[in-house]
Amino acid sequence: MKLKAQNYVTMEFLSRSSNEGFARMAAAAFAAQLDPTLDELGDIKTAVSEAVTNSIVHAYPDSIGKVVLKLKILPGKTLEVSVRDWGCGIPDVEQARQPLFTTGGEERSGMGFTIMESFTDRLTIRSVPGKGTTVTMRKRIQQRLGAGK
Amino acid sequence: MEISVKQENRHAEIYLKGELDHHGAKGLMLQLEREIEVLLPLQLVLDFSGVTFMDSSGIAVVIRTQRRIRELGGQLKLRKVAPQPRKVLEAAGINRLVEME
Repeated sequence: MKLKAQNYVTMEFLSRSSNEGFARMAAAAFAAQLDPTLDELGDIKTAVSEAVTNSIVHAYPDSIGKVVLKLKILPGKTLEVSVRDWGCGIPDVEQARQPLFTTGGEERSGMGFTIMESFTDRLTIRSVPGKGTTVTMRKRIQQRLGAGK
Repeated sequence: MEISVKQENRHAEIYLKGELDHHGAKGLMLQLEREIEVLLPLQLVLDFSGVTFMDSSGIAVVIRTQRRIRELGGQLKLRKVAPQPRKVLEAAGINRLVEME
């Protein structure tokens, strides 16, 4: 379902691993306006870190390319995060989503998509081999007791 | 990532400090492998009290460290793991493979 964003930011950066920390901190800073708990912020940082790392490690294995991070606030205290790259794409998305599946060797755990899935409420992966991948996640921030006074 | 090491006989404690992501994982793994080779511990405690963030890159580091320690006939234990890294380890089922205090 397409929902109209109440607020958004878009960031473009190179697929350098030094940007992983920047990307998750930026996402956490943007999400702060939804008044998340520390746990929810941790979930957002983790999910963003996984998605951005995938683009850096897998989309551009032998080169440096463009990554775009979009953060949106949707109605119902929902954060939408999308990470897009124009890299090599995923030939078999269902296989890539399986726990422990990795093409990254023993430096990678194969748990990236599993963690994105369990740390957010919805995960969508669109990928075209040779064209790139877009990972979109939504996380609803719980209404806190005593909030909005 | 920064590490510091305490050792007594063949019991070693390694304190990790910083954010454990893909950017830092490779260097950390090299440091850990070097320390393990020198210390040859029968018990290794990885102290996570200084780890302020961890993603799945840390899972691979823990699994590889455990494999190295087991090859030496030793044991790995994780200590003082904060809620965020703990949740990542639990999502991957690592808490069933590695002892966590």
